[in-house]
Amino acid sequence: MKLEGKALKVGKNIDTDQIIPAQYLNITDSKKLGKHCLEGYKKDFPKLLDNETILFAEENFGCGSSREHAPFSVKGAGVQAVIAKSFARIFFRNAINLGLPVIEAPKAVDEADRGDVITVNIEEGVIYNKTKDSRVEFSPYPDMIREILMADGVTGYFKER
Amino acid sequence: MPTLAEKIFEDHCIEGEVSPGNFIKAKLDLVMGEDVTIPLALNKFAELGFTKVFDEEKVVFVLDHLLPTNSVESAEKHNKIREFAKKYNIKHLYDQHNMGIEHALLPEQGHIYPGQLVIGADSHTCTYGALGAFATGIGSTDMAVGMGTGELWFKVPESIKFNYEGKLPRWVSGKDLILYTIGDIGADGATYKAMEFSGEVIKNLTMADRFTMSNMAIEAGAKAGLIEYDEKTEEYLKDKIDFDYRVYQSDEDADFEDIINYDVSSMEPQIAFPYSPENTRAIGDIDEDISIDEAVIGSCTNGRLEDLRRAAEVLKGNKVKESVRLIIIPATRKIYNQAMEEGLFKIFMEAGAGISMPTCGPCFGGHTGVLGPGEVAITSTNRNFKGRLGSPESKVFLANPSVVAASAVAGRIIHPEEVV
Repeated sequence: MKLEGKALKVGKNIDTDQIIPAQYLNITDSKKLGKHCLEGYKKDFPKLLDNETILFAEENFGCGSSREHAPFSVKGAGVQAVIAKSFARIFFRNAINLGLPVIEAPKAVDEADRGDVITVNIEEGVIYNKTKDSRVEFSPYPDMIREILMADGVTGYFKER
Repeated sequence: MPTLAEKIFEDHCIEGEVSPGNFIKAKLDLVMGEDVTIPLALNKFAELGFTKVFDEEKVVFVLDHLLPTNSVESAEKHNKIREFAKKYNIKHLYDQHNMGIEHALLPEQGHIYPGQLVIGADSHTCTYGALGAFATGIGSTDMAVGMGTGELWFKVPESIKFNYEGKLPRWVSGKDLILYTIGDIGADGATYKAMEFSGEVIKNLTMADRFTMSNMAIEAGAKAGLIEYDEKTEEYLKDKIDFDYRVYQSDEDADFEDIINYDVSSMEPQIAFPYSPENTRAIGDIDEDISIDEAVIGSCTNGRLEDLRRAAEVLKGNKVKESVRLIIIPATRKIYNQAMEEGLFKIFMEAGAGISMPTCGPCFGGHTGVLGPGEVAITSTNRNFKGRLGSPESKVFLANPSVVAASAVAGRIIHPEEVV
């Protein structure tokens, strides 16, 4: 699985209320949720997201609620992958279950600036920042998690079986 | 040697080897969901092609976040959940007639027991750790898989032990212990880990305070917040569970990743400043005047009878400042009734507070006390994220129920001893 996009950065402790505020929890469609993704972080932030975005975050991205609406909105906004220094546990799990690649790679976060062209190779565990000509390796996923991700989430994974 | 968390996983493991960091598949004893997370789970349940739930007795649905409904959409969601519960013969649907906030309700209704493995599509599912169950929050997809198969994959967590010793001062409660701990280790201080709360102070805590502590383990990123079974657990369960359950304890020389010791003897009530539960300060260290517009006492964290008694102790004979809206939300129907019978409602009403039916309401910014731009609230709830109670330009301070009540009287954040 190979991804390519442009870097966009957010800060530390971005909680699920910032990713998708409570007023949108009645929405269950991923694309519609995507229109409000990170609106609680900055009002106009959803406009910056498209299917070329690779989102970079500092520590503890997705802390707080178990609302799957959060990673669902990130996916619905078109975001290719989230690369963070660390993730909150439930968000990480929900993202994998929905087939949204989430990668812990602190060095890649520090190096990336907004607009940098980034490629990600999931199987090989490599993030390449084309703009900076810098390569960062991350620990490959355990087999089961990789299989879920490759199947575009748990639904696909179960169907394949 | 194994910890309490590892022993519970060992007892439920059906694939893999139980050791911290390993991925295993485990058998579930209970799958819970609430009205915000169930609708997505039902979509997934259909997508995954399930035609029945693994055990009709072991799936619990709670309508609490959006009850009473706040929009046409939430009314539609509730009806969809009710229809599903009927069609699939879900035995435990908590609706208005038997309502309550999930994490106060499930233990009260006898769904939780020691040694159990529970998943809940709500992050505060870790509350049940106070009864020695391994209970953890998951999302809607995991809930659907759990409902359909009765199994789920887990990464076995490392455990961190927290020992609390000394004498707990007056006005300091379980809420303050957990806020202090989160302030110490940070909002990601226990990410992926099981926290185990221990020591003399925990032994002497009421079950209500223990639930409060386990409830907020997630605010340090933890997967579970466990408390060892003792006579208080036994006493709490004796009229709720009528079958034998297995009780586990961490071995004397269990392999904890870390052991953290606190002496609580000089601890003061703790206040978490916006916008994270980790921004805690001792109330005596606050050197500014913080005026408030709203005060909330309720939620799965601090909406139990003991919490309402603490609020009443402060409010008795006092008046809430006219510019402040004090909203009191008993967490379940049973608690509501008990509070009414004990005369607490009379004290609340005479003080000028408002009493709501059980609901999550304002705690997640849903309804019943949503904040406008520039407004400030002090609450007994669990999160003070930006925009958590409404406008992103509002501010929320977290505290124990005594401090919230006292602050409602003064119109600014103060120590309860200034009022009582």
